[in-house]
Amino acid sequence: MILDSKIPEGNLAEKWDKHKFNVKLVNPANKRKYDIIVVGTGLAGASAAATFGELGYNVKAFCFQDSPRRAHSIAAQGGINAAKNYQNDGDSIFRLFYDTIKGGDYRAREANVYRLAQVSVDIIDQCVAQGVPFAREYGGLLANRSFGGAQVSRTFYARGQTGQQLLLGAYSALNRQIAYGKVKMYPRTEMLDLVMVDGKARGIVVRNLITGKIESHSAHAVVLATGGYGNVFFLSTNAMGSNATAAWRAHKKGALFANPCYTQIHPTCIPVSGGYQSKLTLMSESLRNDGRVWVPKTVELAQRLRKGEITVNDIKEEDRDYYLERKYPAFGNLVPRDVASRNAKLVCDEGRGVGGSGLAVYLDFADAIKREGQPAIAAKYGNLFEMYAKITDENPYERPMRIYPAVHYTMGGLWVDYNLMTNIPGLYATGECNFSDHGANRLGASALMQGLADGYFVIPYTIGDYLAKTPYDKVGTDHPAFKEAEAAVIAKNNQLLGINGTRTVDDFHKALGQIMWDYCGMARNAEGLRFAKQEIRKLRDEFWRDVKVVGVNEELNITLEKANRVADFLELGELMVDDALHRNESCGGHFREEYQTPENEALRDDENFAYVAAWEFTGVGNDPVLHKEELQFENVKLTQRSYK
Amino acid sequence: MNWFTKTFSSTIGRKIIMSITGLFLCSFLVVHLIGNLQLFKNDGGAAFNVYSHFMGTNPVIRTMEIVLLLGFLFHIYDAIVLTRRNKAARPVGYAENRPGENSPWSSRNMGLLGTVILVFLIIHLWNFFVPARFGGLEGVVVEDVEYDNLYLRVVQSFQIWWYVAIYVLAMVALAYHLIHGFQSAFQSLGLTHKKYTPFIQKFGYAFSVIVCLGFAIIPLYFFFFFEL
Amino acid sequence: MDLTLKVWRQKDKDAAGSMVTYPVKGISPDMSFLEMLDVLNEDILRRGEDPIAFDHDCREGICGMCSLFINGRAHGPERGTTTCQLHMRHFNDGDTITIEPWRAAAFPVHKDLVVDRSAFDRIQQAGGYVSVNTGGVPDANAIPIPKSIADKAFDAATCIQCGACVAACKNASAMLFVSAKVSQLAMLPQGKAERKTRAENMVAQMDIEGFGACTNIGSCAAECPVGISLENIAMLRREYISATATSENLA
Repeated sequence: MILDSKIPEGNLAEKWDKHKFNVKLVNPANKRKYDIIVVGTGLAGASAAATFGELGYNVKAFCFQDSPRRAHSIAAQGGINAAKNYQNDGDSIFRLFYDTIKGGDYRAREANVYRLAQVSVDIIDQCVAQGVPFAREYGGLLANRSFGGAQVSRTFYARGQTGQQLLLGAYSALNRQIAYGKVKMYPRTEMLDLVMVDGKARGIVVRNLITGKIESHSAHAVVLATGGYGNVFFLSTNAMGSNATAAWRAHKKGALFANPCYTQIHPTCIPVSGGYQSKLTLMSESLRNDGRVWVPKTVELAQRLRKGEITVNDIKEEDRDYYLERKYPAFGNLVPRDVASRNAKLVCDEGRGVGGSGLAVYLDFADAIKREGQPAIAAKYGNLFEMYAKITDENPYERPMRIYPAVHYTMGGLWVDYNLMTNIPGLYATGECNFSDHGANRLGASALMQGLADGYFVIPYTIGDYLAKTPYDKVGTDHPAFKEAEAAVIAKNNQLLGINGTRTVDDFHKALGQIMWDYCGMARNAEGLRFAKQEIRKLRDEFWRDVKVVGVNEELNITLEKANRVADFLELGELMVDDALHRNESCGGHFREEYQTPENEALRDDENFAYVAAWEFTGVGNDPVLHKEELQFENVKLTQRSYK
Repeated sequence: MNWFTKTFSSTIGRKIIMSITGLFLCSFLVVHLIGNLQLFKNDGGAAFNVYSHFMGTNPVIRTMEIVLLLGFLFHIYDAIVLTRRNKAARPVGYAENRPGENSPWSSRNMGLLGTVILVFLIIHLWNFFVPARFGGLEGVVVEDVEYDNLYLRVVQSFQIWWYVAIYVLAMVALAYHLIHGFQSAFQSLGLTHKKYTPFIQKFGYAFSVIVCLGFAIIPLYFFFFFEL
Repeated sequence: MDLTLKVWRQKDKDAAGSMVTYPVKGISPDMSFLEMLDVLNEDILRRGEDPIAFDHDCREGICGMCSLFINGRAHGPERGTTTCQLHMRHFNDGDTITIEPWRAAAFPVHKDLVVDRSAFDRIQQAGGYVSVNTGGVPDANAIPIPKSIADKAFDAATCIQCGACVAACKNASAMLFVSAKVSQLAMLPQGKAERKTRAENMVAQMDIEGFGACTNIGSCAAECPVGISLENIAMLRREYISATATSENLA
């Protein structure tokens, strides 16, 4: 298979404009003859579905939540980047492009990232027109902040809930199209298979989560906007329901899965408190603007702290190791996420971690409070401090927060070309579901930007190009391909329901998560990955022998829902391990212990690994086939990232 | 349905009617109380009887009486419609519910308080209004003119302990009804503002307590301090 | 700590439900309320019984999916807190805790503690948007909005659509929710063009859905996990009165 990224010719800045002119258009009167399915209603899905409806296509949108407004985009806190240069501090489209490519450790496509930076400015205009209440200055104009270590203030934000406000904007646009009858919304409905007719994506099979009914829907094109797969780790900052099933089942139908090993571990999360823990809570990265990260200098002090013999305030200033400030004097506590996370792991591995488990570091606001006063700090971070206190029952004004990295975002995803189409004609992937724009590491405030860029401004153009070349003829859901897919879904559900084993789905999920975290988490090595692959296979076999799923299909069955998702995670986990094992370099969120500089920094191998690894499914338990898309860098020079 | 009936049969529209009639009834209370204060005049009821005669015969007052009646009827009718709707909005109740943690008792029991007030109203009208309007009172002469001696009926009634008790209890109910109702009427009309709402709330509270206290003092005064 | 839970169980929309008692043991005070239910569900599942269905997703207090009427209070005893952010340290060893679904005719029960809140979506489809198509909008800074107005609109926009206001209200009224949505857009210049039709249509849809009437009790705002204020309700009424009085809509 040859992967054609379909990147347009011409110089970087003109590619997108030229491409927009070159794509075929669908006559306005003919748009209503085309049906589009959108799966997932987060930022990428809701914005796409609404825009398709505005253009005149017939849209069916699906989400597993009870309302489109609950998609996990809603939980994004920090903000959204855009190269508006409203602050006159030297920002530009090229700078945003450059920062994003560099931040992604040079493992993303130049053309895609440049386009992302270009349309970023339109996103802000669109959202403001919808009534999204971004933060404002007293003069009434939009406020910006610097975020995630960026040297310019280009992040637009809405208190600590930018994701919710942006999603509500997209949701309102979607509602308007639902009211017009252009979008038909199917909440509490989960996609369980992709249907292909004559090699093209022509529909999906879904399960109604209330009645259990298995149904088919046909269309001329299918868009997957189903988010990332961070829940492979069981514990992550993702929502409980976030899953990879739609993407994974498309993968099993032939869609390539790219860079699955690129996982973002966010440095500032509330540490795990016990085995019952169901999810991890992120504390906005903005905390690192004022908080200082430290651990005790010696293992001995850390041990006494963990045993409760001393408290944090007993540790003298000279016994504290502000390790980020020490190692990275230029960026200090504001180093990118991957660097901050890895260093937290390093000090905890040395035995200097704090908290009951020793898996935490301090984020200390004492100096900031001394410098600016408690009211100033409360104004900036009050809601975050409150959230921390609510969860941990500790007052962060009096003692430092305890934080630890947690799985947050997955840069990998379905392989797509410049048009966001997968290698299956008619199947598209947008937002976190695809692999396209963040390379090996995503910068803060870039996920919202990408989701909305894809949905509002990219796919509405590119899907027209495909549809214009597609005949109007509809495929009925009585087509044998649909019947076959439905039968397979039903058979799989029945198989799960029939095992009646002894271990619960969560049990397996937790076991998988532990393997992934230990061997395919913040740091990986070949030996561990090989071991993990065997362990995952064993666990998967056991799952299909011994999982306990109760009830029947024809009801609201939470165990069956989870079992389907975990069954897919058990396959996807192995692919992540395969990918991590094959990539003999360290880059961004992928850190192979064998490949590091003497200062423990990620050591890239641009000669051999400057490519996208797109994997082809060949059957469960078979080794997947690797396809490479070489990355061409014509506008940036590949350098070792340095934050010293 | 045209826009007018549609507006006033919506849940918001009905509350607009509730609040306008409610505030109107509040104004009636003030007039009524001021009139009643003449009972305290130490003139053997002369001023009071003249006043009640005026109220019963003046054409403007008689017209307002009809408006007042309509006010009561709309207030009660919409209360019933809304209460039924609100009951239907939760067909299955909670096994355990602790609304006391989130709202005042009076706000949740306006229907009950209103019903108490309505029952009182019927007793009250039966005892004073009906005989005054339709006959059954003794005559009394004030400055050569003969009047119905409503004053005597008032004084006699308030010698009966259970009668006084009904009055006082009804006034307590009315006070609670007004404590919620007065400020709620402004909220229902959308008349809120950072600057004025705190005043409206305090004024409403004071109004409710003072007016109802004023009414309640009358039977208590005649029961404890007045002998025929 | 050990607890006794009384939980509403109902097989499906049409089935009769009842309260069922479950003992739970060894609960850590650091668990969230939903994690405590996870523990119970794992026990139930190991016995081969049907676990308790309840809605939840982000578990960060922002998606609005979790619900639960706990010990007679929407989202439990802590103010300003969603059920997913409620921790077991607010309960005592030996407590009996009742857990019920949101109760309202407009929120029918799907199963156990899961209710159908699609009425909220339909109300917003009736007008909770600014009619702008993607593209063709002015530059973001071409619409200046005074900070004080932007902040107030934001306060209304923080609504997470969880339905606690309806659940807590004696009348099962949705006014706090609808008013937050209407007033957010009414305050912003972007929302001015459609403010009349928006207020009329959203209120009409609210009534069609079978919610009760607001009688200004205030339980909604007291139980709202994100602190939506009653001021919004007054603003909705102003919007509605001025809309019906001045719009050209005769129907």
